[in-house]
Amino acid sequence: MNRRILAALLSAVLLGSVAVGYTVLRARPAPAVDRAGITLDAPGLLLRDTRTGRLAVQDSGGERAGSALGCARLYAAAGTGVCLREGLASAQLVLLGSDLTERRSIPLNGVPSRARVSGSGRMVSWTVFVTGDSYNGGRFSTRSGILDTRTGTLAGNLENFTVDGRPPDPDANVWGVTFAVDDNRFYATLSTGGHRSLVRGDFAARDLHPLKDNVECPSLSPDGTRIAYKKALPNGGWRLTVLNLADLAETPLAETRSVDDQAAWLDDRTVAYGLPHSGTGADVWAVPADGTGTPRLLAADADSPAPLH
Amino acid sequence: MYLSTIRPHRTDAGPGRRWSVVGGNVLALGAVSLTTDVSAEMVSAVLPLYLVVGLHLSPVAYGLLDGLNGGATVLLRLAGGYAADRIGRRKAVAGLGYGLSAAARLGLLAAGHSAAAIGLVIGVDRAGKGLRTAPRDALITLSVPPHALGRAFGVHRTMDAVGAFAGPLVALAVLAVAGQAYDAVFVASFCVACLGLVLLLLFVRDHRGAGPSARAVPLRAAAGLLRLPALRRLFAAAVLLGLATVGDGFVYLLLQRREAVAVGWFPLLAVGTALAYLLLAAPLGALADRYGRLPVLLGGQAALGAVYLLLHGPLRGWPVIVLVLALHGLFYAATDGVLMALAGPVLPERLRTTGIALVQSGQALAYLASSVLFGLAWQAWGPATATRLAALGVLLALTATAPLLAGLHTRPGRAG
Repeated sequence: MNRRILAALLSAVLLGSVAVGYTVLRARPAPAVDRAGITLDAPGLLLRDTRTGRLAVQDSGGERAGSALGCARLYAAAGTGVCLREGLASAQLVLLGSDLTERRSIPLNGVPSRARVSGSGRMVSWTVFVTGDSYNGGRFSTRSGILDTRTGTLAGNLENFTVDGRPPDPDANVWGVTFAVDDNRFYATLSTGGHRSLVRGDFAARDLHPLKDNVECPSLSPDGTRIAYKKALPNGGWRLTVLNLADLAETPLAETRSVDDQAAWLDDRTVAYGLPHSGTGADVWAVPADGTGTPRLLAADADSPAPLH
Repeated sequence: MYLSTIRPHRTDAGPGRRWSVVGGNVLALGAVSLTTDVSAEMVSAVLPLYLVVGLHLSPVAYGLLDGLNGGATVLLRLAGGYAADRIGRRKAVAGLGYGLSAAARLGLLAAGHSAAAIGLVIGVDRAGKGLRTAPRDALITLSVPPHALGRAFGVHRTMDAVGAFAGPLVALAVLAVAGQAYDAVFVASFCVACLGLVLLLLFVRDHRGAGPSARAVPLRAAAGLLRLPALRRLFAAAVLLGLATVGDGFVYLLLQRREAVAVGWFPLLAVGTALAYLLLAAPLGALADRYGRLPVLLGGQAALGAVYLLLHGPLRGWPVIVLVLALHGLFYAATDGVLMALAGPVLPERLRTTGIALVQSGQALAYLASSVLFGLAWQAWGPATATRLAALGVLLALTATAPLLAGLHTRPGRAG
């Protein structure tokens, strides 16, 4: 018995040292904050540094300034930032002022997936991925919400909106919100009954209207005429595609790798997106929005791009 | 608090030593389950974050991975149960299961970005879990006298639950030190799983059959189990129990919707049930030994019926949340280990693992089916009607279970 206890203790010490040793060795030093005073007002590209999981801003010269703010997903426009902060069981939406101060926080239930701010900086949206045990038979579900930062109106779950005036099926899921310039209309993906479709939403009327099938994670161009989205391919991948809202014509973009992201328009001609690289982490790439050209690397070890003007 | 009073290697069941009869082997198995559950829950807690935020895998891919359960695990559980009986080595088969799950932790590191490889690794982990459960429970039934089985399973399930409780906290601590490095969680989880394996090898004594006749159980004999009236009754009771249980997620979701629990608190609902289970498993096991296992099992089912009725009952606010979670935990504490304690003594020793695997598989498959049925009922008639139908289902299961199991020798030979 004594020999067995000794063996168990030795194993525990040995395995414990391996676990603690590995953990301590993997611990990265707190990232050096290159420059204090990052703001969301100055021109540049807002990023999430995938090596540190923290908010960073890259200037036009490619120089990156890091912050101490940890986020799983980011977006910003017109001085309003949104940071989806990860947690083990639940997440948090943190509304940021242009100097990265916390203006408000909302608890979320799930894993951060998408975040967006309207061009004016007034409307904020998010999507989390609800891992919920098995209440839906092991299938994933998402939950998206919208906050009007001016009036404080909060729609915590867009599944409570109507679809053409009627309540949606209980299996409905909404994800990937993008805002129109009037700060009331928005576009999103609605999944119900096995169909995934692009819907146009009306925040004031709390209603969704389906437009087209097989359009996921829409992103409206700054001029409001086109939507960049990921189009599901038969092989299980996604093709970054642009949809013209006037005639619903589709243009596949020059990026042929599978892009599973909600793209961000840098201007009316270019979209940016994250693409995972080997190991954990991703790079941010950009490609022309008219189907021409080739993808170019914007920022290594980064995701969640958002243009700052 | 009960564990401190347990003295291993005593078999007398005097009034002052009510818990000592549980014995060292059950404690050893409990310790193995505790460490293994710490390891498993560490990974479960960070896996969604790792896949979505770390690897940028989409929810769809994750949904596919998540859906890898059910059928294959059930088959493996049956095969593992039979293999353990056939070669008469339950510890070896359980060890293989624990080993597979430990290896799966490192597999997560090796799988990298490939959704297919990650799916395979999760499959290996579930296969390990499927393999080990029946031999482990069979070993528990063989390690204590029949009159103490309720307490034995109660103590084991309590230790198991403590591990499940601690796992996410350990993962949180590792992530706090290692920053974004999810791989540190997997390596630490692997080390904890290895410790569980070491504890199994060192401290768990196998219960080999008495003679050569106990070895080489032919498949025909295993099939013959199905002709055993006691097993048929147990199997039917397990299926009824599974059918009466709609998915846990439904209970939490309904509670959250009706009581408008802030979403940030949502994960704590499951913690509430787990806490009640943890606290009640051992006392209810003792109660089952003393006053009979069937009454406790039926009482647990009644608690489940009350849960479903309360979900759309007159009570509102915090009282209903606390009551529902306490009763939900009580249901699990009064049924999970108690059913095994009922099953153990009536199954022939040389086919006990196969029998336990059959009973557990029946319950698991019925549970999957009832979750699907409940989902359909919810869609068709809304949550209020669906929960009342579920309560009716529990009542029907309860009335059918009572005569089914009354024929078994449920009353222990001597009370503690």
